[in-house]
Amino acid sequence: MSEGGAILFAGGTLIDPANDRHGAYDVLVEEGLVAAVGAPGSIGADAQRIDATGCWVVPGLIDMHVHLREPGYEYKETVATGTQSAVAGGFTAVACMANTKPVNDSAAVTEYILDRARESALARVHPIGAVSVGLAGRELAEIGEMYEAGVVAVSDDGMPIADGALMRRALEYTQLFGIPVIVHEEDPQLAGDGVMHEGRVCLHLGLKGMPSAAEEAMVARDLALLAQTGGKLHLAHLSTAGSIRLLRDARERGLPVTAEVTPHHFILTDEAVREYDTNAKMKPPLREQSDAEALVSALREGLIDVIATDHAPHHRDEKEIEFDLAAFGIVGLETALPLTLRLVRDHGLDPVTLVRAMSVNPARILGLDAGSLAVGRVADITLVDPDYVWTVQLEELRSKSKNSPFGGWEMRGAARTTMVGGRIVWSRGEQG
Amino acid sequence: MTFNGNHLLGLEGMSRDEIEYLLDSADSFREISEREIKKVPTLRGKTVVGLFFESSTRTRTSFEIAAKRLSADFVSISGSTSSVSKGETLLDTARNVAAMRPDCLVMRHPRSGAPHFLARHVGCPVVNAGDGSHEHPTQALLDLLTIRGVRGRIAGLEVAIVGDVLHSRVTRSNVHALRTMGARVRLVGPPTLLPSALAEWGDIHHDLASGVRGVDVVMMLRLQRERQGANFLPTLDEYSRYFCLTREMLELAKPNAIVLHPGPINRGVEISSEVADGQASMILEQVANGVAVRMAILYLLAGRGRASVEQRQAV
Repeated sequence: MSEGGAILFAGGTLIDPANDRHGAYDVLVEEGLVAAVGAPGSIGADAQRIDATGCWVVPGLIDMHVHLREPGYEYKETVATGTQSAVAGGFTAVACMANTKPVNDSAAVTEYILDRARESALARVHPIGAVSVGLAGRELAEIGEMYEAGVVAVSDDGMPIADGALMRRALEYTQLFGIPVIVHEEDPQLAGDGVMHEGRVCLHLGLKGMPSAAEEAMVARDLALLAQTGGKLHLAHLSTAGSIRLLRDARERGLPVTAEVTPHHFILTDEAVREYDTNAKMKPPLREQSDAEALVSALREGLIDVIATDHAPHHRDEKEIEFDLAAFGIVGLETALPLTLRLVRDHGLDPVTLVRAMSVNPARILGLDAGSLAVGRVADITLVDPDYVWTVQLEELRSKSKNSPFGGWEMRGAARTTMVGGRIVWSRGEQG
Repeated sequence: MTFNGNHLLGLEGMSRDEIEYLLDSADSFREISEREIKKVPTLRGKTVVGLFFESSTRTRTSFEIAAKRLSADFVSISGSTSSVSKGETLLDTARNVAAMRPDCLVMRHPRSGAPHFLARHVGCPVVNAGDGSHEHPTQALLDLLTIRGVRGRIAGLEVAIVGDVLHSRVTRSNVHALRTMGARVRLVGPPTLLPSALAEWGDIHHDLASGVRGVDVVMMLRLQRERQGANFLPTLDEYSRYFCLTREMLELAKPNAIVLHPGPINRGVEISSEVADGQASMILEQVANGVAVRMAILYLLAGRGRASVEQRQAV
């Protein structure tokens, strides 16, 4: 693919909320940086021209919640395959969770992941360190050491922090470094051995449920702690209308909290589990229609800051089993953009809000030099074709794992070109 | 009317005509068990395989007798003691069994949805003999056959289902079938075992006396002993104090009310011996009807032959 030379995105619609630009602009990239932004046809340069007609030129999408599985679970995903999947989905950067084997709870593991990224990643990789040693929820990990090595946040994602005192100390201690604590909100006793949302469908199917209160009780606890300690709290993958009410209240009180939602939680409901489809099994579980609607409206009004995928690859053998025994989680990097574009088409989501939620805000929350296409900034750019029609073929996903409930779905919208540091790392052919 | 399903996975969504047809078919098989030679050649040369991943003496025996009275060969595999404990996945077990070309699989499994998974991966009919807390369709059919046999009809009857509704596959199948057939359902039990969201299935009663007052049928559920200790209830003693069907409680129902129980019963926990052994008890009638229901189901599914099932799946 293209190396080094100047590239001109011509004829597209630039959506660059960080610089208050939304309209017809050409964007010139030189030597890995944004070199010029100007009216259509106004930039004369000896550059490779990319026809962006009908497309959106946006700051590179950032997924702040993925599981790259390396080290330790390379049979599910690697830094290489996970970032191939990322760039195909339009993401120029991902932040990867710490539940690897060994857990990313030390600078050595952080450095290993960054080494693997330098060797094999198509997208930028930002590791997230563990809050507690081994994700065991007892002692704080060496957060400072990991911060020096390059983590952009800490999280015990996958393992809720049951111990309120540990959570308090994490919120206090991370203030030394100014990084957020990202929380997977789930009361482990209330969630118990539940495998789906506790509601009508669960009662019909005879499966064990996880009540909405399991999430909401922990959101309430952590917001109460935040009010006392300060720090930065980021609520991962919120799934219930009750969590949104708590978030709204906290925002109105001015608490330093941010929040994210996944595409599957706003597109699907627990009805997707009806046929015991293990690709509809994840944590938090798919909730009800009223929850999905609350998530969409919170996203529309900017109450929810971020759309993240919680990309969670699992091997076929971990999904083609009894529902109770199947692994939690689905892959999401290659379907997030078209699923979010559904909200733009059908639910009044402003494209500017989409770009904030998928680029500007994750960059701000994680403190990344990204999310802006001002002249002189790094040229991480996604060219979005909002009308590209394609069908999800699971076997064609770039991720090593194919555990998605969206197989066979007709999608509208895709990343046509993905550029990282001025280099084109993904480009979709004219007809797929 | 006929029964067109490729499998019998559950009664949810089945039409009134289909259920009626299954009950009529079962009725016609009852007589065979009354003969001196209790065997007909209907399924000669057919193989029925039972996959019992959860211990179940009576359901397995009932299916086995049903198969043998129809002259089918019946082979039964106990999942918990066979390849499953050696780490074989359900998918591998299913494929291996399917490769032996059975004409019908009968599956009991502790996980809800396991028979649905099996049905997606084998080319022959699958009968759900109870999956987790989901459904137990042949049990509900035999319950309905029993009710219809005694009362002559199901429509318009008031049926109280009492006990651990939350975890009961018997309840789910019965609720779907009873409501489809026009009965009125009451659900009775403590709030821990009877979530209020189930109000869409029937009237909720947390008081046994109000729950059984004036009903035509009392369907008792077996209380799993492991619910004690998981805080669904403090002790079995306390449970029985509020929810044991005694003679005094039964007297609140209609004078000719009948009592059903899927067995095995916990005497003195959910049902008193006096009631279990009394005139109103239909427990042994249920067991007899179970064989007839299972003969009908095996006849309808295994009797078709593999080709016809595969053709139907293709369209």
